[in-house]
Amino acid sequence: MSNQKKDILYGLYNDEEYLLKAVDHANAEGIEITEVFTPFPVHGLDPKLGFSESRLHITGFVYGMLGTLTAFLFMTWVFTRDWPIIFGGKPYFSAPAFIPITFELTVLFAAVGMVVTFYIICGLGPGVTIPTLDDRITDDKFCIAFDVTNAEASFTDKLKGFFSQTGAEEVNTKNI
Amino acid sequence: MSAVVSPIREPLVTGGKTYHQITEDICSPTERTPSAAWVLAFIVAVTGLALFVFGVAWTIWQGIGTWDLNRTIGWSWDITNFVWWVGIGHAGTLISAILLLFRQRWRTGVNRAAEAMTIFAVICAGQFPLIHMGRIWLAFFIFPYPNTRGPLWVNFNSPLLWDVFAISTYFTVSLLFWYTGLVPDFATVRDRAKGIRRKLYNFLSFGWTGSAKHWQRWEALSLVLAGLATPLVLSVHTIVSFDFATSVIPGWHTTIFPPYFVAGAIFSGFAMVQTLMIMTRKILKLEDYITLEHIESMNKVILATGTIVGVAYLTELFIAWYSGYIYEQFAFYNRVLGPYYWSYIGMMSCNVLSPQIFWWKSLRRNIFVTFVMSIFVNIGMWFERFVIIATTLARDYLPSSWSYYVPTWVEIIIFIGSLGLFFTLYLIFVRVAPVVAVAEVKSILKAGGDQYIGPNANKAHHGSKEAAH
Repeated sequence: MSNQKKDILYGLYNDEEYLLKAVDHANAEGIEITEVFTPFPVHGLDPKLGFSESRLHITGFVYGMLGTLTAFLFMTWVFTRDWPIIFGGKPYFSAPAFIPITFELTVLFAAVGMVVTFYIICGLGPGVTIPTLDDRITDDKFCIAFDVTNAEASFTDKLKGFFSQTGAEEVNTKNI
Repeated sequence: MSAVVSPIREPLVTGGKTYHQITEDICSPTERTPSAAWVLAFIVAVTGLALFVFGVAWTIWQGIGTWDLNRTIGWSWDITNFVWWVGIGHAGTLISAILLLFRQRWRTGVNRAAEAMTIFAVICAGQFPLIHMGRIWLAFFIFPYPNTRGPLWVNFNSPLLWDVFAISTYFTVSLLFWYTGLVPDFATVRDRAKGIRRKLYNFLSFGWTGSAKHWQRWEALSLVLAGLATPLVLSVHTIVSFDFATSVIPGWHTTIFPPYFVAGAIFSGFAMVQTLMIMTRKILKLEDYITLEHIESMNKVILATGTIVGVAYLTELFIAWYSGYIYEQFAFYNRVLGPYYWSYIGMMSCNVLSPQIFWWKSLRRNIFVTFVMSIFVNIGMWFERFVIIATTLARDYLPSSWSYYVPTWVEIIIFIGSLGLFFTLYLIFVRVAPVVAVAEVKSILKAGGDQYIGPNANKAHHGSKEAAH
């Protein structure tokens, strides 16, 4: 990851339907899209951009299992090894009574682990500032961006042609 | 706007909104100077909060003797309030998690505020067991940490400890779920703001950009968190009911408690959501987002859960009689006709009888009736917990220990004050955060049938393509 600034050529669309058509168009022409920004999750966009399914849920399962084992093994250790006490005439190892806490810690570990993983892999977090292309992207504009750092003029012209063909409302360049 | 309105379903967002109008409508209340109504409400709420702080400080300084608890009635308003607040805290996660899994798209209009309500209600609930401990400075003893007393661990077999884990997990997961939903909306507010506000909202938005890959992960995360929160929300009130059900007190020791408590929690939670939504949509002018459809849907949930609760009350009475066990029979006879008969009447009329008016569609869609009913249900659910706790403890096995409990002024101001705490937090929330989930509402705008322009759009019924530009 370099911190060098890049020249970004981007076009703004007014509706997700135009965005989806433009992405189809780019795929047909073999133009590689650097990034797409939208104000809300646009359904049907991920396969067109060639994203594979997120693996976050797998990490969630692993964190959850970690929680299950932590809770169950810890309680077992406390009540059978570290400080065995008889409660209400039940055996030291009274597994059914461990279920509620085991369940709660499973959920807690899975949720906290997944959320932390999400922010780390996305590079987001408190105090993070990522320069944005346009303030209206979080409002009502759908943006396709191309990295044109050191690109040849003919390539840039081709991209501009692509934007005008697909009905982009605005086309700008920004150095961020 | 030439909107296509489905003959089968009402649009989820009315008023023919564009994406920009949605942003404008929902974000602008955080940008304006507060209205007179808000300021007035805030003054009242903060006064309540001050009462709460005073009541709690008085209790801690003077001791639990300032409450009317005694050897027989060891739990009363404090635990009643605790269970009542936890119950209210159930609707938010139910709306956001269970309705997400069931693909109920109408939830997007109310989920944000309902989740906020959940978090604030759990904060209020958490106060009561802590101050009930008496020596609040030793409250950390409830956590299993390595200590110098052995280490002597907490009792993992105790439902009271399960409660600690359940409530703290519920609070944490709800908070994460809510905040992750808020992050893109804070970015929307950030991009409209300037100067110091922009810096503040940039911090809150965690640097969100709206990248397609981030959205994909965000949706995956929301779905799994919803899947986790669904059994969690059911487990929390189940475990709260174990506080009673695993004891050996007649009237508490019943297997019906977990489902009965969960239904009651959903019931009271939806009632509180109605109370808040009706005020919020009016004051913030969000009638196009929180529509009559939402109110009607929630009234249906209130009717269904209220009736489930009613069946549970009657089942309890039947089983008490059918068990042939005189202590159980006495406990329930006493619950209905004993010294606290008035609270049983309050519970039955508010929880079981009054929601039946929602069989009529015109009443389900009447805002005034809904508002009054939502207050009734909350009063009724408070009575339910009081009935379970106080009437049972006031008449235990030994007639020589029988007594009658009346709250002291300290207990009364702590309860009223907890409402102040709740509304203070809620009013701050409506000032700083978008009350409706902006991004989620935008994502259902077209699915709602109003402005779809995609390949299957019915062009004949729709405005020209240029109009959409």
